[in-house]
Amino acid sequence: MLEEIGTSAEGDLIINVGPQHPSTHGVLHLVITLQGETIKKVEPHLGYIHRSIEKMCESLSYRQFIYVTSRMDYLSSHINNLGCALAVEKGLQVEVPRRAMVIRVLMSELTRLASHQLWWGAMAMDIGALTPFFHAFREREMINDIMEETCGARLTMNYMVPGGVMFDLHPDFQKKVKEFIAHFKGKIDEYDELLTGNVIFRERTVGVGKISREDAISYGCSGPVARAAGVSCDIRKHAPYDMYSELKFDEILHTDGDCYARYLVRMQEMRQSLNIIEQLIDNIPEGDFQAKTKAVLKLPKGEYYSMVETARGEFGVYIISEGAMTPYRIKFRSPGFSNLSALDHMAKGSKIGDLVAIMGTLDLVIPDIDR
Amino acid sequence: MFSLEKISIGVQTALNNSLPAFWALMAQFAIVGVLVISLFAVLGLVLVFMERKVSAYMQIRLGPNRVGYKGTAQTLADTLKLLVKEGLIPDGADKFLFRLAPYVVMISAMLLMAPIPFSRNFQIWDINIGVLYISAISSMAVIGILMAGWSSNNKYSLLGAMRSGAQIVSYELSAGLSVLSIVILSGSLQLSEIIQSQENGWWLFKGHIPAVIAFVIFIIAVTAETNRAPFDLAEAESELTAGFHTEYSGMRFALFFLAEYANIFIVCAIGATLFLGGWMPFHVGSWSAFNQIMDYIPGSIWFFGKTFLLIFVIMWFRWTFPRLRIDQLLNLEWKYLLPIGLINLLLITVMAILGWHF
Repeated sequence: MLEEIGTSAEGDLIINVGPQHPSTHGVLHLVITLQGETIKKVEPHLGYIHRSIEKMCESLSYRQFIYVTSRMDYLSSHINNLGCALAVEKGLQVEVPRRAMVIRVLMSELTRLASHQLWWGAMAMDIGALTPFFHAFREREMINDIMEETCGARLTMNYMVPGGVMFDLHPDFQKKVKEFIAHFKGKIDEYDELLTGNVIFRERTVGVGKISREDAISYGCSGPVARAAGVSCDIRKHAPYDMYSELKFDEILHTDGDCYARYLVRMQEMRQSLNIIEQLIDNIPEGDFQAKTKAVLKLPKGEYYSMVETARGEFGVYIISEGAMTPYRIKFRSPGFSNLSALDHMAKGSKIGDLVAIMGTLDLVIPDIDR
Repeated sequence: MFSLEKISIGVQTALNNSLPAFWALMAQFAIVGVLVISLFAVLGLVLVFMERKVSAYMQIRLGPNRVGYKGTAQTLADTLKLLVKEGLIPDGADKFLFRLAPYVVMISAMLLMAPIPFSRNFQIWDINIGVLYISAISSMAVIGILMAGWSSNNKYSLLGAMRSGAQIVSYELSAGLSVLSIVILSGSLQLSEIIQSQENGWWLFKGHIPAVIAFVIFIIAVTAETNRAPFDLAEAESELTAGFHTEYSGMRFALFFLAEYANIFIVCAIGATLFLGGWMPFHVGSWSAFNQIMDYIPGSIWFFGKTFLLIFVIMWFRWTFPRLRIDQLLNLEWKYLLPIGLINLLLITVMAILGWHF
């Protein structure tokens, strides 16, 4: 521990970034070894927001444990809940009504949009442009309002249940979403104008924090981080759940693996999400929004795994059931943890300013990593 | 026509008539000192409020709008808060340097106020090497910043101060070269004469494209020199928390803050004086009727109008651009701005010798 407060044996400067620091977006603690401004080593220290969610889930019923997962990656809480609901449905062999599936996909894509918007603002703020943050929040607010109307919550929605969704859509839902799409289509071009084409922004991101395809795979990166390095890993394409196999959308792939590629992947994913929502918003079928399930759910003895594509990457839910009311063991595979593990590899040899840019484009949500 | 000149000359004659020469001079010193300090306070209030409003409108917010009329007293309330806050000194800090640093920064900003002509004959000290004086004094602030960073005993502060040192020393060159081009065009180092030479048009327009290039370089360089975004590496909050003033609190922090805004005002005032004619109204060559109408607007209004326009541009930078990285910042200076500035200076010299400017 002495090392962490002073200089190392080689005379390098050791700096603690976090757990309270403007650029860590939460209680992440990085111990950086510096030579001048150049980074020699980045060592993430975790555990500041560990709530032992996986252990907690073992004492919660199959309906209850889903809601705890909203508190993990709070920016894609819908998609986390969906992953858990899918795993439980696998065990129960429930047929989900079509209407519920459409609602789930719509909500997932809206969540992805909201998450990417927040990422866009926060990343710009890390790089030093303060204004995009507010512009991003203006659009995110519209999504939050839509969520609030239907789910009753703005951040931890708890809307997905095994067999469907908890409530039916709000009568205004279609109108509001269409308004949002019309509004956001103009704004996303404005986003590009404000940041994507900016010379300083390109200087800061092109070629910074590079990771090769092989390294991205071996670090277990997923989501936009891996797709920016050329790894085709979109769960929506490779193991489609709910409606995704019937939808037309592209998996965004870039090959550079730098911050700019990660930025572009997310920007283009926003357009793809809009595209998916547009395909579905006029075709919400009538019918039940929830399948009939028993009041007390009991999964047959066995192991169940489901994975979904959250805004950050692959989110996996692994349930071991002994046939009781509560799961025997639950393990979550969170995208942020693996993505964070590549930070040292990406940041080695770059400057402090680059570290901030890399962390911005990794889009870390610390409760997702610490659980 | 209203003019500040009448006030300054009136006060001077009154003092000279009523007091012996030495005491008249002393009284003038006292008056000037009080004026500069109150100008600083007012500038701090106005500029902080302006920045908050400008940033608010760029960020689709409202900005401060509760305290006083439309939020105008917000800065005053903040100042009071900072005044009564405890000024912490961290353990292991070099206490003397830690206390001294904000004053070095502040005093160097105050000294720069001396040669700035606010209106015709309304200038604290019309020194004949005004431009040289400004270049010399403006480099002193970096000593205060280095002191602050070094004495805080904080690694973030140290990194911020070192960045600031590299940055200010580098950009001083470009700023100096672009200022020099106006000196060459006008043939004088005295600010009042530089303004006088712009009677039939501002140097920005009279000096053709080289003057415009010099102006652009000047604006970039002074933005860097005042540690403003996109060159705010010394206090890059997402990297270094608050850079060189991480450990400062209360009024000592406020002094850094105030000095930053005072420096912005000063560099913009110098930019307005050199390139946009200072208090000189907008004159077009031989249109005497137009020129006379323009003369009805008092010089002080012209001066403050131009200065605040430049201040707005610098604020606009801050709320639009991302921050550069330290190596890119130095690349920009040494690889681009400095060579361009040197060639530009050569062009201006040729132009001045051949008399191609208006």
